[in-house]
Amino acid sequence: MKKLMKGNFAIAEAAIQAGCRGFFGYPITPQNELIEYMSVEMPKQDGGVFIQAESEVAAINMVFGASGAGARVMTSSSGPGLSLKQEGISFLAGAELPALIVNIMRAGPGLGGIQPAQADYFQATKGGGHGDYSLLVYAPASVQEAADLTQKAFDRADYYRMPTMILADAVIGQMMEPCEVKSMDTRSDFDKVWAVTGTKAEPGSKKEKRSIVKSLFLNPDELNDHNKKLQRKYQAVAKNEVMFEADSCEDADIVLVAYGTSARICKSAAKITRELGYKVGVFRPITVSPYPYSQLKEAASGCKEVIVVEMSAGQMLLDVKVAMEGSKPISFVGEMGGIMPSPSQVVEAIKKAGRE
Amino acid sequence: MAKNFTKTEMLADTATHYCPGCTHGIIHRLVAEVLEELGVMDRSIAVASVGCSVLSYDYFNCDGIESAHGRAPAVATGVKRMHPDKVVFTYQGDGDLASIGMAETVHVAARNENITIIFVNNAIYGMTGGQMAPTSLPGMVTTTTQDGKISMNESGPIKVSEMLSQIDGPAHISRVSVHDIKHMIKAKNAIKEAFKCQIEGRGFSMVEVLSTCPINWNKTAEESLHWLKDNMIPTFPLGAFKGGAK
Ligand SMILES: Cc1ncc(C[n+]2csc(CCOP(=O)(O)OP(=O)(O)O)c2C)c(N)n1
Ligand code: SF4
Repeated sequence: MKKLMKGNFAIAEAAIQAGCRGFFGYPITPQNELIEYMSVEMPKQDGGVFIQAESEVAAINMVFGASGAGARVMTSSSGPGLSLKQEGISFLAGAELPALIVNIMRAGPGLGGIQPAQADYFQATKGGGHGDYSLLVYAPASVQEAADLTQKAFDRADYYRMPTMILADAVIGQMMEPCEVKSMDTRSDFDKVWAVTGTKAEPGSKKEKRSIVKSLFLNPDELNDHNKKLQRKYQAVAKNEVMFEADSCEDADIVLVAYGTSARICKSAAKITRELGYKVGVFRPITVSPYPYSQLKEAASGCKEVIVVEMSAGQMLLDVKVAMEGSKPISFVGEMGGIMPSPSQVVEAIKKAGRE
Repeated sequence: MAKNFTKTEMLADTATHYCPGCTHGIIHRLVAEVLEELGVMDRSIAVASVGCSVLSYDYFNCDGIESAHGRAPAVATGVKRMHPDKVVFTYQGDGDLASIGMAETVHVAARNENITIIFVNNAIYGMTGGQMAPTSLPGMVTTTTQDGKISMNESGPIKVSEMLSQIDGPAHISRVSVHDIKHMIKAKNAIKEAFKCQIEGRGFSMVEVLSTCPINWNKTAEESLHWLKDNMIPTFPLGAFKGGAK
């Protein structure tokens, strides 16, 4: 049954229903409802652990420990907190530990502001921390999708043994929408023999040798091999995990490309302009890492112009340029600092493109 | 001939990478012997830190996990909360624990997390080549204080054990040394008491072990033992600050 839910609560409840049994966080607006919900609900779960850590740095390292110990765990934060977590995220990737990181994006840089933004795209999709690694990053555009993708993100994290991320702007975190949080308990689906459990290793048993969870390889050949293994994993993710939505792109003259709340603005603008006779489609990446490069190129192959809309200076814009390979003119509509591009701004851009 | 020494099985059959004369090796052995004697070898989890002991998970013969520099107490917290019945310990240097990781150190004690920290204080950054630490002594020459002026702690080296003992919860906090046999025996007793606190669920325990770094102190192994005794102990007095050995 659908209930009216705030995005932050929906993500938290979805995590619990997905068998998440450890939450480690630090307060920061606009994700506070998530940590507050967890402080109440997580201790009610069998073996559920909630810790309000002393910092985001400590929180992500508690995630490292708890995930290394074999548990399904998560952390959430925003802007400055995500910046602090980057070293830990790189360690998770290096040690091949599954975990969910939620970023309810606020405006930056610096302390910036607490209003919605999409300016952490580069950080989320292009590394953020040190070393060659990628995250599997989901960008929900509704409360229901935030809940569903949270559960998927846990599952994929365990499957690939890598950190995954929910990248949602503050509108998604703060807004209330009807949402049904499904129950998805897959805790037993993954056999984490690699985890540190403090049990004896016995040749011939399932645990052949003692478990060591690490990202350190002092021998360059070994580290090179380890990196190649990680890259093969990211290639499999790119092949199998891309998600997107293409709405009325088939006969479109103009294709709008946006994710999260910006995609909803684009849908409003598309509706308005279609009624005026413009042929407008909306392409919405649901995974922003891996990015739906070929799918976008294909969807926009018949159009005359692509318009990218973001709550940033134009970060995803670069991926769109990569995807389109110079085949179409690309224009950009964006606002920063907690201001959202308005549907009328997008309508104007569509009309301008239509005149050219 | 009768065999009168057997290496504890809690130490893996491998050479360590520690410099000759470094007391890291002695401390490893004391910790390992204690875990064997307490009968918890098969339910221990070692949390390594970043410093010369970065590979300690290769030496302690149990499950092991690495940590980012300074974050071992947070990693250990995550591990322990998921396996409350296991014996979880960190092994950290003074740069790791008292500089970059000070927040994690204070808060793991404040939460009275039921883990044990083995804190190896050699008054210097060993692994990165002998730079000043927050525990460096006044006048100490290091590669970043070549004129002996310690800028990091103008008010004196940070005394972590004294500081943490101001927190109400912890079950055991003590400082020991390994510069001679007598002190090694005392050190082993303190380490045993610390692990007993954890096993009996009495709460957080930490043993600060004064240790040598002959390479970066620019001294022989023997000179280092004397230097520790004559210079470190007056600044870092030995004893139990909370819950002495029973
Ligand atoms: C974030 C980060 N900063 C710096 C370093 C480099 N680093 C490695 S070990 C170390 C100092 C270790 O000294 P200490 O903890 O005293 O241990 P010791 O080597 O003396 O045993 C530093 C600064 C690092 N690995 N990570
Ligand atoms: S550098 Fe110093 S602390 Fe590190 S192993 Fe060598 S002697 Fe020991």
